[in-house]
Amino acid sequence: MKLLVPVKRVVDYNVKVRVKADHTGVETANVKMSMNPFDEIAVEEAVRLKEKGAATEIIAVSAGPTACQEQIRTALAMGADRGILIEHDGILEPLAVAKLLKAVIAKESPDLVILGKQAIDDDMNATGQMLAALLGWPQGTYASKVEPADGGIKVTREVDGGLERLQLKLPAIVTTDLRLNEPRYASLPNIMKARKKPIETLKPADLGVDVSPRLTVLKVEEPPKRQAGKKVGSVQELVEKLRNEAKVI
Amino acid sequence: MAVLVLADHDGSAVTQPTRSAVAAASKLGDVTVLVLGPRTAADSAAKVAGVAKVLHTEDVLYANGLAEPLAALLVAMAPEYSHLLAPASAAGKNVMPRLAALLDVQVISDIADVVDADTFVRPIYAGNALATVKSADPKKVITVRAASFDPAAAEGGSAAVEAAPKGEDPGLSNFLGAEIAKSERPELTAAKVVVSGGRAMGSAENFHIIESVADKLGAAVGASRAAVDAGYAPNDHQVGQTGKIVAPDLYIAVGISGAIQHLAGMKDSKVIVAINKDEEAPIFSVADYGLVGDLFKVMPEFESELAKK
Ligand SMILES: Cc1cc2nc3c(=O)[nH]c(=O)nc-3n(C[C@H](O)[C@H](O)[C@H](O)COP(=O)(O)OP(=O)(O)OC[C@H]3O[C@@H](n4cnc5c(N)ncnc54)[C@H](O)[C@@H]3O)c2cc1C
Ligand SMILES: Cc1cc2nc3c(=O)[nH]c(=O)nc-3n(C[C@H](O)[C@H](O)[C@H](O)COP(=O)(O)OP(=O)(O)OC[C@H]3O[C@@H](n4cnc5c(N)ncnc54)[C@H](O)[C@@H]3O)c2cc1C
Repeated sequence: MKLLVPVKRVVDYNVKVRVKADHTGVETANVKMSMNPFDEIAVEEAVRLKEKGAATEIIAVSAGPTACQEQIRTALAMGADRGILIEHDGILEPLAVAKLLKAVIAKESPDLVILGKQAIDDDMNATGQMLAALLGWPQGTYASKVEPADGGIKVTREVDGGLERLQLKLPAIVTTDLRLNEPRYASLPNIMKARKKPIETLKPADLGVDVSPRLTVLKVEEPPKRQAGKKVGSVQELVEKLRNEAKVI
Repeated sequence: MAVLVLADHDGSAVTQPTRSAVAAASKLGDVTVLVLGPRTAADSAAKVAGVAKVLHTEDVLYANGLAEPLAALLVAMAPEYSHLLAPASAAGKNVMPRLAALLDVQVISDIADVVDADTFVRPIYAGNALATVKSADPKKVITVRAASFDPAAAEGGSAAVEAAPKGEDPGLSNFLGAEIAKSERPELTAAKVVVSGGRAMGSAENFHIIESVADKLGAAVGASRAAVDAGYAPNDHQVGQTGKIVAPDLYIAVGISGAIQHLAGMKDSKVIVAINKDEEAPIFSVADYGLVGDLFKVMPEFESELAKK
């Protein structure tokens, strides 16, 4: 089984983002960037499938500016075999990313594509589903377990009331949820080895994909700030306040 | 043009987040609700205020919410609607992006406000910023953040219920089974009061401390990611950026530090109470009432104080 794992470069989850003074977006200059945490889980799952002998090759793909190479290198250090960078400096919406990935998939013919369920910057939760639609493939989103079974894959999904299990035909799309695995840290020797692994660079035009955004961001604002309230001294005082001041119980 | 809302239901009635999606849709046009399931659920949709029409089918193809046949059905129905909406539930978030790609439009996820027919507000970066986005697509495919829209009233409408069209089965996936917890407690995203426990609970047994206080208050039970990862609470209890978004009248955070990812899921609650032994915990910066103390001492006292009238 050949695996493709899309990885996105995002503002690190520990950074508290600030809205730009001119309301055109958030401040991303000089902030720490990392691989989207759900994509680390996706890479880890791919590497585990390979270690189990269920997969033969793992390709990590990222779309965005040249610096996305860093996230591809991280994936290579975790165990991916080679990388593809689709270089583009403007906004890439999930539909555009899905079209780019579809074009790469036409060339690479993977059996399984594992994406993150959502990118923690734009929180769209869309790319995997959109890619599945464009390819006409089945989708197993919010996966907490992935097992090759009966010539396809069995996916356990985190849904609103609990868990559900699906059997998908291959090729298929899976998106990762938090409980799928705990991603490894790349070891120093593996980081060194990853430097020698190949990364191919493509442009959206090479893939014949129009990536023009469909959404225009009119403005970005800060949400209303919540004021810290008061400390209460005892449980009795808390219950009294909830009953008589806030009137919520 | 009419607007379509894909309903979630609990087997007998449409959910409160569905009624929030109806409220958002009402700002865009005449609302048709699509109900896939028992007739009682369709009848409940017909009574929701502001609903003009209900389309209904009990076709088993849709019984388990598989995204592939459902997206195919919605594509076939799409020509008659300017906007297609669903609550941003696990089910809505699973199918609507698939539908959007089939229509070659960019999905607009998790909207918190409707500005006009093309323009919507959506939270980004764990709710630390609100983006106003205008769509250039001819048709809009949208998921709705239930916590941001007051639900349309469950009673007051009298829409006609008609048969939904029949769709194709792409035959790509099979439903094997599910473990869905049945609970007497209110649903997390619809509850007026939520009591959540964090890593500090220490074990699944200790989580009963949260549950018994919740039961005194008629509340739903929530959890931080750390508590879910550790197995103290099931996955569907997770509140936060990557879990459920809640905005109850009262949110009580017990032994939760207040990471941005957790705050993203509850900071729009009307009243927030934090119980934490560390007076520096970030959760206190959003709490209306903070109580510094050991939860294992505070919670039993809280429960007995609630029992007093
Ligand atoms: C105010 C604002 C400003 C923006 N500014 C910029 C900007 O300056 N530059 C810019 O590039 N974009 C910009 N964007 C676009 C935005 O950051 C997202 O890239 C885009 O909307 C995709 O959504 P998502 O990442 O939330 O997708 P999701 O659907 O949440 O992502 C799910 C998964 O898809 C995969 N994936 C998604 N994107 C990629 C990718 N690029 N490469 C590989 N895999 C991927 C990953 O596996 C990821 O886990 C902006 C958006 C807004 C709202
Ligand atoms: C990609 C990603 C997505 C995430 N999504 C979410 C999400 O959706 N929801 C979410 O919640 N988190 C999410 N997180 C995790 C988040 O960053 C925090 O790690 C998590 O919320 C911490 O949970 P906690 O507050 O229970 O634990 P901790 O941060 O460990 O806090 C425990 C608190 O309990 C207090 N305490 C300890 N003992 C006692 C006692 N006896 N009595 C009273 N107080 C006590 C401590 O002072 C401390 O403040 C996400 C992280 C990532 C990277």
